[in-house]
Amino acid sequence: MGRGGFMERMGGARGLLAQGLLIFGLVVLAVWLSGNAGANIEARGISTGYGFLDREAGFDIAQNLVPYEPTDTYARVFLVGALNTILVASMGIVTATVIGLIAGVMRVSRNYLGRLVATTYVEIARNTPLPVQILVWYNIALLLPPPRSALGADGVAFLTNRGVYLPQLWLNGLADVAVWGSVAFILAAFFVSARLRRLRTEHGKGASPHWGWAVAGVGVLLAFLGTGNPIGIDVPHREGFGFSGGFTMSPALMALWIALSFYTGSFIAEIVRGGLTAVAKGQGEAARAIGLSEGQTLRLVILPQAMRVIVPPLASQYLNLTKNSSLAVIIGYPDLVAVFAGTSLNQTGQAIETLSLVMLFYLACSLSVSLFMNWYNAQSAVWATPR
Amino acid sequence: MSDAAVTRAPRLAPRLTAWQWARQNLFGSVADSILTVVVAIVFGWLVWHALDWAVIRADWFGESKEACKSGGACWAVITARWRQVVAGYYPEGHLYRVALAMLFLAVAVFPVVKRDLPAWSALLAPVGVIAAIAILGGANILPSVPTDYWGGIMLNVLVGLTGAIFALPIGILLAFGRRSDLPIIKAFSIGFIEIIRGVPLITLLFMSSVVLPLFLPAGVNLDKLMRALAVVTLFSSAYMAEAVRGGLQSVPKGQREAAHALGLGLLQTTGLVVLPQAIRISIPAIVNTFIGLFKDTSLLYVIAILEVTGVIRQALSDFSWLGLENEGYVFVAFVFWVACFSMSRWSASLEKQTGKEAKPAREPA
Repeated sequence: MGRGGFMERMGGARGLLAQGLLIFGLVVLAVWLSGNAGANIEARGISTGYGFLDREAGFDIAQNLVPYEPTDTYARVFLVGALNTILVASMGIVTATVIGLIAGVMRVSRNYLGRLVATTYVEIARNTPLPVQILVWYNIALLLPPPRSALGADGVAFLTNRGVYLPQLWLNGLADVAVWGSVAFILAAFFVSARLRRLRTEHGKGASPHWGWAVAGVGVLLAFLGTGNPIGIDVPHREGFGFSGGFTMSPALMALWIALSFYTGSFIAEIVRGGLTAVAKGQGEAARAIGLSEGQTLRLVILPQAMRVIVPPLASQYLNLTKNSSLAVIIGYPDLVAVFAGTSLNQTGQAIETLSLVMLFYLACSLSVSLFMNWYNAQSAVWATPR
Repeated sequence: MSDAAVTRAPRLAPRLTAWQWARQNLFGSVADSILTVVVAIVFGWLVWHALDWAVIRADWFGESKEACKSGGACWAVITARWRQVVAGYYPEGHLYRVALAMLFLAVAVFPVVKRDLPAWSALLAPVGVIAAIAILGGANILPSVPTDYWGGIMLNVLVGLTGAIFALPIGILLAFGRRSDLPIIKAFSIGFIEIIRGVPLITLLFMSSVVLPLFLPAGVNLDKLMRALAVVTLFSSAYMAEAVRGGLQSVPKGQREAAHALGLGLLQTTGLVVLPQAIRISIPAIVNTFIGLFKDTSLLYVIAILEVTGVIRQALSDFSWLGLENEGYVFVAFVFWVACFSMSRWSASLEKQTGKEAKPAREPA
């Protein structure tokens, strides 16, 4: 875009007219819609504005990562729902990546049966609707034995139709200090080793980039020892007709997690396969010819090139997974859509306000992923070789 | 571009005997052989049990689950309700209208499937869809059938195709808008596309069922299904825009310049030179977008529109069919799988075809 005058930037008289008409049309539409909405809202006696966020919600939520009582506000409900969404999305992203990597590598393996199994999985998982897959897994989760004949062992884990009971980390005392201290050390290590690597590649001097990570390791160790290791493991035990201790994963969370993982995993598998086959065969042969080992070939030659192809679509799959976690509503997992666009909307009747907040949350997620992608593309563009 | 991609000689695969093939593909190394045996046993066991349950020991007909005694799948739950599965609660005497509507939908997709028709044939698409909706609804000529009675697989097909066909022109406009030099049009297009793509469909469907009525003038009552159709169309237009944008990007700049040199104006250049090539290139991406949209129609039951998943869930909550979730969901998954898998194969073959056609059209290196 040049630095021309206003008219030039607007594309001359014709461009100005077209854009003026667009703006005019949008304004008219907005005025008409808001006029209708105003009249309808008044006629139905719905209150407006975001004041309801400070009011008491009055309903319970089956799973809350932060303390929550029915007497808490709708703002708190939003937080609980958003955290539940983030929980299932992060769990799904990790397992979907693992499943996708394995299946993607199997798709190009030398073993025919490996290829066959991976292809079968990919073609089934990505050609059936996710809602149906979620219902199937939910049905399976409910078919597990009842608590009285639970699968599993005392002090480790239990599988039941009322949920899966797992060991849980507990934090106390100075845990916050230890955790945030570790995070700070790891972030610092990230930047230090990036800086060291740059020094090496640009000036050919300086210490090994691995020093950054070594320092981080020592730092994390010190953070935990210094605070008296405030992290332990809490295991589930049988107690009466149920269980105590540990983390309870509801059947809904488990079904949603598994379904999201397998569904997105099939798309990731195709991305991984595409990335692996996009690296020219000669690259691997050349790397071996100059004496690199199999591991070095993969790590230093194949993967860096494949990653450039893999990461951008991978990020959009992560985003899709996060959006798809909203399907939680069909099996009653209390994610953001279920508790806020569902229960809260029904109780307050303020559809516009609740839905706009939910949409803003998802938009914020997409925006941060796009920002990350721009950053990543700028980074990896340095590596791009002219064709 | 490098010569290698253009002049690569076809690699002739050496003929292998069965034994050689097995050595290479199944027993390449010790680890490979172990993997092969383990996978063969587990996979074979799974496939055998699935077949045994779904076909060999299955019961196909009956009035309730009591009729299913063989211990396999009880497909009677589907066959006993096949009419709902296909068309929802559409009145029995009027089922011919469902068949007729499907015929018109087939006409609507004809210009997409058969790609060498004249440009005017694109008009068949909206005409076919509107005719199908008119036939189903009655349009004051046939006895009226309210949309509450529409349902089943018919509704998935109808919503998917209507959404895709009306989304395509909007998507094309948005794609041009996104590449436009006019800043306001560009900002509007990007904003629309990214906002729609940034939120889950389910929130938009909630919008259609609870927010949209608020924005309509008092007294205007737009049908629930029509509201959902409008939202589905807007939703997929953002994805269509991205599919078409890919095609627009791959039309060489020389084409536009050559058209200008011939004296064609902006509209002619776009309509006669750029767009036909762009659409042709992006058809595989458009089909893939449609596959996604078709799968998404299974969400409609959340806002109480009885497409096939909703019909099946209703059947499963019927006392005489309780506990047959496996059969119900496997059936729904199978229906979608057959449709989506064949469409994805077709789109992949199109992609190969356009790839071949596009090669000679490229400028020499």
